[in-house]
Amino acid sequence: MVVNIRKLPDKPYIMPGNAACPGCPETMGLRYVKMALGDNVVLVIPAGCSSVIQGIAPRSGINFPILNIVFAAAASAASGMKAAFEQQGKDVHVVVWAGDGGTGDIGFQALSGAAERDEDIIYICVDNEAYMNTGIQRSSLTPYGAWTTTTWTGKKEHKKNVPAILISHGVKYVATASVGYPADFIEKLQRASKIRGFRYIHLLAPCPIGWRFDPGLTAKVAQLAVQTGLFPLYEYINGVFRLSPIARRYKDPKKRVPVTEYLKLQGRYKHLLNKPEEIRKIEEYIENTWRLIEALEKTFTEEGGRGEQVFRAL
Amino acid sequence: MPVMGLTGNYAVAHAVRLSRVEVVSAYPITPQTTIVEKLSEMIEKGELNARIIRVESEHSALAAVYGAASAGSRAFTATSSHGLLYMHEVVWWAAGSRVPLVMAVVTRAIGPPWNIHVDHQDIMDQRDTGWIISMAQENQEVLDLTIQAFRISEDPRVYLPMIVGLDGFILSHTRAPVDVPEQELVDEFLPPRRQPYVISPETNLVMGNIAPDDVHFLMRYSMAEAMEAAKRVIEEVDREWGKLTGRSYGGLVECYRCEDADYLAVITGSWSGDAKVAVDKLREEGIRYGVLRLRFIRPWPAEKIAVHAEGKKGVLVFDRAISMGGYGPLFSDVSATLYGSRISLEGVIAGLTGVDVKPRDFAEAMRRFASEVDEKGFVYKPREWLLPRKYRENPEKIREVARIWS
Ligand SMILES: Cc1ncc(C[n+]2csc(CCOP(=O)(O)OP(=O)(O)O)c2C)c(N)n1
Ligand code: SF4
Repeated sequence: MVVNIRKLPDKPYIMPGNAACPGCPETMGLRYVKMALGDNVVLVIPAGCSSVIQGIAPRSGINFPILNIVFAAAASAASGMKAAFEQQGKDVHVVVWAGDGGTGDIGFQALSGAAERDEDIIYICVDNEAYMNTGIQRSSLTPYGAWTTTTWTGKKEHKKNVPAILISHGVKYVATASVGYPADFIEKLQRASKIRGFRYIHLLAPCPIGWRFDPGLTAKVAQLAVQTGLFPLYEYINGVFRLSPIARRYKDPKKRVPVTEYLKLQGRYKHLLNKPEEIRKIEEYIENTWRLIEALEKTFTEEGGRGEQVFRAL
Repeated sequence: MPVMGLTGNYAVAHAVRLSRVEVVSAYPITPQTTIVEKLSEMIEKGELNARIIRVESEHSALAAVYGAASAGSRAFTATSSHGLLYMHEVVWWAAGSRVPLVMAVVTRAIGPPWNIHVDHQDIMDQRDTGWIISMAQENQEVLDLTIQAFRISEDPRVYLPMIVGLDGFILSHTRAPVDVPEQELVDEFLPPRRQPYVISPETNLVMGNIAPDDVHFLMRYSMAEAMEAAKRVIEEVDREWGKLTGRSYGGLVECYRCEDADYLAVITGSWSGDAKVAVDKLREEGIRYGVLRLRFIRPWPAEKIAVHAEGKKGVLVFDRAISMGGYGPLFSDVSATLYGSRISLEGVIAGLTGVDVKPRDFAEAMRRFASEVDEKGFVYKPREWLLPRKYRENPEKIREVARIWS
């Protein structure tokens, strides 16, 4: 399946009056969600930038039906909503749109519960690697070394690997995506939409405010995260794993863009640019990430290319 | 109509079945657990056509039924004590959204230490949230209130969620004869679900995004107004249920031997029965009390209390909960209601943490209050303690136990 973005519907999904900052990755992502899934969608949004971006009631700058819900309960509210639609005989995509904090920290218990119950919902983590809504505090998904307002000298721990944890839940579908590659994200959403059960998409969403880069560079930073090997793009469907076509070449370390190209665009890494030992730590993280990817590939690729068939069928 | 021997919790489950609930979600906690167990069984056996979501916590349980209700389905949850505290954030969110919803609260003490026995601390903690809060005295009333709760919550004049309170173990795990109405009767009584709005692709609505502060203020104001309107709805519903089943409880309050009484005991929940026994006994001694049982804590039945208290010498309030550093929650509200009336008032804290209060204990407190009022003419004592009997009789023992934390 190949997506031609120009042929997808692009009604005014993100409208004047929304309260996003310039260069906001969350509005970019939301637009792609609607382009991919159409109008038969209800969003469930916990506390975070996306609850503010909607703008001021009784209007909304985001042209979706949305149930806003308390920070920790997005996956649970979505589970209930889906159950109600099913009882009413309606086939609706219930989609959670939650930040990295709402996903990997405070909302993690509810997420894990819904994943284990195999609720028939699509859960999208829009990962801007910190609590942006409350002013750039660290989350468990903030990467090593990054400055935040609660890690002034850089975070000392690495990023929690939530998609890998979701694969361990045995859910039907897990994918990573980046707002720098909309066609890939949309393709994944469309594939996920054809599967029943719990589907998880982890969307990297570089935030110019929190990461301290020029708002014109959101897509570029989002691409560099993939090109440096920091954020591999992949899909896992029902026991079959594959690297996404655009990310395959970065399996080869020689083809990766040096990570400093990525770091130097972002003010949050300013303090460690001339500390080689710190850069080395980040490079080691990339190496470990790919070790896990290779293990997943080995474990979840089946002989005879059945894997490719699974993907093509959707 | 079949009369069944039902525990309070099973009475809840049958009421939920008869109310044709579509989505159930709950998390086990004693003494609520047998509600979710029974509902699971009913759903798995096909006696109730509903989805059950077996969540990983109470926070999620209420969020799940809230999600279902927002999408237009009748939904139900139940909990107790720590479970209720754990879901507290969502308790507020659900009420503020004006989405009709029903929850059973099986009352239980709050730790530490761990304690599964009854008091009212958990349910009283919800007074400010915007949920209608009822309290049953017996299992038949539990069933009746649960069915009525859907009708009240879904009334367009109200559109607020409702809690049905039943006391842990005393009702939840004690079997009593319960008249379980036929489905046709309940269908006649309970119209199809109504709610102010539905979140769905067709409606394309947003609920809960930021509003201007003055609009938010008006939302709070309209909730308070809806609470006032609910008073009338509760009375109507009680009368209509009475016509259909022969069971009418008096609406917001039930008054027992109030008319010719000199004193009123104000109380709520299952222990009201013991207070009534005490009242009967005191009559033999010539002390004339009546029991004003509050069937609803929210909306607060101020007008009813004022009417029933009028002309009485004194009102004695029994609280099974306390606001630490303040008073019993019922007392505070009764005191506000009767301000300026020159009726003597006393608040008694008793029966906390599952400590049993027997008719003779009630009688002791009632006797003491009556004689003090007779002696002094006017008494205002906001917080008196009815300690467990062994400490009342032997105060030395208090110091012995208190040594642990002093
Ligand atoms: C229970 C609770 N605790 C704290 C908050 C305050 N709060 C609101 S949004 C937020 C951070 C959101 O971070 P994330 O989920 O990463 O989303 P982002 O804002 O980055 O999009 C916090 C801490 C809250 N709303 N509720
Ligand atoms: S802080 Fe970042 S994620 Fe939040 S609205 Fe602004 S640009 Fe978007």
